[in-house]
Amino acid sequence: MSDATATGAVAAPPRAGSGARMLARTKPVLFALIVPLLLLLGWHLAVQAGLTRLIPSPAEVAEYMVDFAVGGIWDDAFSATLHIHLLASMQRVYGGFLLAALVAVPLGLLIGRIPVVAQLMDPFLQLMRPIPVTAWLPLSMILFGLGPRSAFFLVFLGAFYPILLNTVFGVRSVEPRLFEAAAMLGCRGNAQFFKVVLPAALPSIFTGLRLGLGLAWFVIVVGEMTGVPQGLGAVIMDGRTLSRTELVICGMIVIGIAGFVSDRLVVMLMNRLLRWSPLHRG
Amino acid sequence: MAELPILSIQGVGKTYTLGDQRIEALRDANLTVRKGEFVCLIGASGCGKSTLLRIVAGFEAPTVGSALMWGKPIEGPAPDRGMVFQDYGLFPWLTVRQNIGFGPASRGRPKAEVTETVERFVSLVGLSRFADAYPHQLSGGMKQRVAIARVLANDAEIVLMDEPFGALDAMTRERLQDELLDLWQRTGLTVLFVTHSIEEAIFLADRVVVMEPGPGRIASEHAIELPRARDVASPEFNLVRRDLSGRLHSHHAKKAA
Repeated sequence: MSDATATGAVAAPPRAGSGARMLARTKPVLFALIVPLLLLLGWHLAVQAGLTRLIPSPAEVAEYMVDFAVGGIWDDAFSATLHIHLLASMQRVYGGFLLAALVAVPLGLLIGRIPVVAQLMDPFLQLMRPIPVTAWLPLSMILFGLGPRSAFFLVFLGAFYPILLNTVFGVRSVEPRLFEAAAMLGCRGNAQFFKVVLPAALPSIFTGLRLGLGLAWFVIVVGEMTGVPQGLGAVIMDGRTLSRTELVICGMIVIGIAGFVSDRLVVMLMNRLLRWSPLHRG
Repeated sequence: MAELPILSIQGVGKTYTLGDQRIEALRDANLTVRKGEFVCLIGASGCGKSTLLRIVAGFEAPTVGSALMWGKPIEGPAPDRGMVFQDYGLFPWLTVRQNIGFGPASRGRPKAEVTETVERFVSLVGLSRFADAYPHQLSGGMKQRVAIARVLANDAEIVLMDEPFGALDAMTRERLQDELLDLWQRTGLTVLFVTHSIEEAIFLADRVVVMEPGPGRIASEHAIELPRARDVASPEFNLVRRDLSGRLHSHHAKKAA
């Protein structure tokens, strides 16, 4: 180390090892932070300049976030309740998402592979697909009542189509050559379903799962408008009703982070399972 | 009594229907291949050589005539006729080992036997160092070695090769040709090999079958009696090459006229 400092910059390139690697690793993180920090700064300045009186400053939101998470500052009805709302939303998001995946993936495999199923289901699903999830809200309240079951249903509906459509696409775009290869090696008929179709469609299925999970977080706010007491969507709706904008923003930030973390988890799983694919660096 | 040939193509024709159009890809093909023979099919594109190979593989059914293996009609693809594709056709989600073991495992061989077979063929094609690599990590030559190994590991009696070295660079192609001949001589395989390279055909084959287009058909057959290992630079080799190339081009000249 003393060598490097003594000879200065000249010695740096050959010894670049750990330092350069450290920089290479932190550089993307630093780059990723630039835009959010600038936005934060713009927000701060705009509030300070008095451009708006309805939106709190970033510092106020940060303070409230701490209270929302652990309490001890404001000690109101929302203090230290973050985990309750987050957990409630996560249950609905993951529950609805998993149910959607459990139905959509097998159904997509069947639609993509078996013409009769496609003829039976395709027109119906195409007809239902353009209906926005939000339009289902009144009906879902009648069908499932006011409460978490309705939110669960909407999340399911939101996640269902991207998973289904990508699975169908994945199955239909399996290279015909691979079926020929499997057949001449002695793997024919239904055995090809698990040994060829499923692995070949896996990249598309994962694309669908990522989109579906993203939509699940998207839909949860709508889903929790239906009079549920807990959940991040409910917090945002309460914040709006009570004109507590800092609460609304806190809810938004938590949803953003939770959605991001969820996506990273799926991506990690994907990189593990799709190590073989040059498009998915593992 | 003549010995039963491993492969017998009798009056085979193939016509595709594309909308209202009927395209005759192959007409009245007759070909007999004996066990252990190395036969090359050669011809310009559209001569039906790939169609013939795909009929033998069982991927296509002949419109007329019959394709027999050991005297029995070919019905669909089966492990006794292994195919090596120009674009490899490897399963990208399986490692080299798993690709080679795909056939034996699919056919329900005991696990220990599969492992043993896989190891034998991995080393036979010289890929021990890459046994756990995925296809996208391999060069074209290595991929084609895996494709050959997985067919051999599956007890194929005939190996059908559809321009297998067409996508490889010249150096790799020559090496793989040598390796293939070596495998063929050691294992007593029967090979039906499609190519459009006259030199490749003469270098590899016991017999070269010349095909011509419009409609695709077999024009002539030539036994290659050059002693092995053949030297592509020798005067004898050149003589055969000139003769064969003359025939190929005279077919073309006739067609153009």
